[in-house]
Amino acid sequence: MGAAQVAGARIRARLGEALRDTALTTLIALGVFLPLVGFQTTTDIRDVLVITTRWPLLFTLVGSIAAVHFVYALIVAPRLERGAPRLPQRASATAANILRNWFIPFAVAFVIVYPMLVVLGVGFGGAVRWIDNFGIQILIYVMLGWGLNIVVGLAGLLDLGYVAFYAVGAYSYALLAKTFGLSFWILLPLAGTLASFWGVLLGFPVLRLRGDYLAIVTLAFGEIIRLILINWVSLTNGYAGIGSIPRPTLFGIPFNADDNGFAAVFGLEFSPLYRVLFLYYVILALALVTCFFNVRLRRLPIGRAWEALREDEIACRSLGINTTNTKLTAFAMGAMFAGFAGSFFAARQGFISPESFTFLESATILSIVVLGGMGSQIGVAIAAVVMIGGTEIMRQLTFLKQIFGPTFDPTQYRMLLFGLAMVAIMRWRPRGLIATRAPSVFLKTRRDISVDLVTEGRG
Amino acid sequence: MTTRDGSTVLRVEHLTMRFGGLVAVDDLSFEVQRGTITALIGPNGAGKTTVFNCITGFYRPTEGRLALQRGDPAVWQALEALTDSGQRGVARPEGALFLLERMPDYLVAQQARVARTFQNIRLFAGMTVLENLLVAQHNPLMLASGYTVLGLLGLPPYGAAERAALDKARHWLERFSLLDRADDPAGELPYGAQRRLEIARAMCTDPVLLCLDEPAAGLNPRESAELNELLLIIRDECAISMLLIEHDMSVVMNISDHVVVLDYGVKIADGAPEAVRNDPKVIGAYLGVGDEEVARVEAEVGL
Repeated sequence: MGAAQVAGARIRARLGEALRDTALTTLIALGVFLPLVGFQTTTDIRDVLVITTRWPLLFTLVGSIAAVHFVYALIVAPRLERGAPRLPQRASATAANILRNWFIPFAVAFVIVYPMLVVLGVGFGGAVRWIDNFGIQILIYVMLGWGLNIVVGLAGLLDLGYVAFYAVGAYSYALLAKTFGLSFWILLPLAGTLASFWGVLLGFPVLRLRGDYLAIVTLAFGEIIRLILINWVSLTNGYAGIGSIPRPTLFGIPFNADDNGFAAVFGLEFSPLYRVLFLYYVILALALVTCFFNVRLRRLPIGRAWEALREDEIACRSLGINTTNTKLTAFAMGAMFAGFAGSFFAARQGFISPESFTFLESATILSIVVLGGMGSQIGVAIAAVVMIGGTEIMRQLTFLKQIFGPTFDPTQYRMLLFGLAMVAIMRWRPRGLIATRAPSVFLKTRRDISVDLVTEGRG
Repeated sequence: MTTRDGSTVLRVEHLTMRFGGLVAVDDLSFEVQRGTITALIGPNGAGKTTVFNCITGFYRPTEGRLALQRGDPAVWQALEALTDSGQRGVARPEGALFLLERMPDYLVAQQARVARTFQNIRLFAGMTVLENLLVAQHNPLMLASGYTVLGLLGLPPYGAAERAALDKARHWLERFSLLDRADDPAGELPYGAQRRLEIARAMCTDPVLLCLDEPAAGLNPRESAELNELLLIIRDECAISMLLIEHDMSVVMNISDHVVVLDYGVKIADGAPEAVRNDPKVIGAYLGVGDEEVARVEAEVGL
């Protein structure tokens, strides 16, 4: 028996296993895609449904799945298995320190100079799109992610209807600004207050619910708010939405082409860029305030009580913590930041309709929090950049049309990519990008806690 | 507050707890003396943890009165007036009296200052040992942080309060020899240390009465002896009264001043450890036979 023979037998065994595995996968793929892709129903000229088959497409799809799976089962899977028995890793102190000491100051500096870099890079004309679509859009979601992080990440209350508070903030600003002509800076705190009021209002009935049940009720609450916005036409104008919402001004100086507009007052040539720049720095400031609150609250008794609530509610009560108030403050705080973001959103768009506040928005914000790592500020910011920035990049990839033909629309594939990203995260980092929890206080050394020990919360 | 002045700190009267048709605790009355350790023992399912849950407000008793007093024992005279008034308690400068059956769980801990531990340890596993002890000081810290407003602004009173809270945490960590694990996650501690941490956390709430639900469960003999010593020190130095449920007879007999025995929710014995140990009713309950048969069964099993 030579070593070559043993190796040959092993390869044969692996080949056989891979083939069996691939056959099974192919069968499943065929079962799934036969009704989904294989058949297509279309209405013909006489308005009759006809069924057409798409065999070539089906077989290409199933064939490529089989090929990829075969390669995976033969080459990739054995390697993963060999490296598998890894110990639950202790959070590496150096990596966390590098992140804390270098990455954060760098990131903050980058977002501050980002508009200048864009203007230098693509010139005055093209900069609007880059600052608006990437900068402002991403920062809104960063802020929403940080706000939801209080509820989901810290207090462990799974909230699937977060967008409701975003909607409350947006409609508060739109309606109050149009009806009473109040300025953005007065209405911003007011919208936050109203949203947190609604947060408490939602909080009361759901205090006794936990986990899945809480998630369902918050989901329903999000839908209720949206349906009210659609159906209370006399107030909200229903599906048509509210238009020509007053824009924010810089100490009363509007950003328009008038004689008293920003450009005219400062003797500049009019450009829409100034308003975009202004909005960018407003949302940046709001996001940083949210971050500051988050960081600060975690080190205060209320933040520790939130985290303790996530870990063990009964133990909290045995220590004299009023869990009712603690949960309500978490809801109110989270909702307040959504309200701020909502009123900014209304002021930036100038037009809002219930379309902007669908469940998909809640799901996006929640997935930002989950992908980022529950409770982690940096993780949430990175996840927002990847998810929202990724979507925007898909919109910009027009060159793909030259490859796949003019009917190819890359934005239609973004959900597919979301799904892939989710699967990848679940496979390799099931607890999010930043899978450590930094302790809020320490005696001698700050050692990050591996998320394996941290409870996700059943609140 | 003096240690053992013979006054009562907790008076349980006619406590009854029914769950549907099941009577878990039936007309139980006993007292806990100030500065002493009272053990609540009995076979499995006797209703000991139910009594604990009633005292700490996790269950609302079906019937009965649970009165807790701190400060000057003269406050006891207000008991009947308080019961009739429908109030939860009276707090005077010299002392306070509370009716625990009228209070929700968190107020029992916060106002009446009854702290407890759990049979299956309930720590905040993903938080550090130190954080666990700071969560226990939530209420005074919350007040110092001006219900978060002053704390957010970073005003000095909160800083001082937090330093004091850290000092207190450090003190208890030292006492329970957990100081070198202060920055480790609580979930990473070995079992015995988790038990000690849970008691340290309860001590951080400045309790008047400490209720320990099987503190020695799962400890080896050496750890359990250390725990005995620790509990005696707490009793003597801090003038704290303790109520403990325990199955480990070495703990019960060595440290308790008073033993109450429950069987099927009914009190079958109440007295000094020695007396209870030799009570045929108690032996019968543990052997699962009536007291007239105790002698026969004892002979049979060779006791």
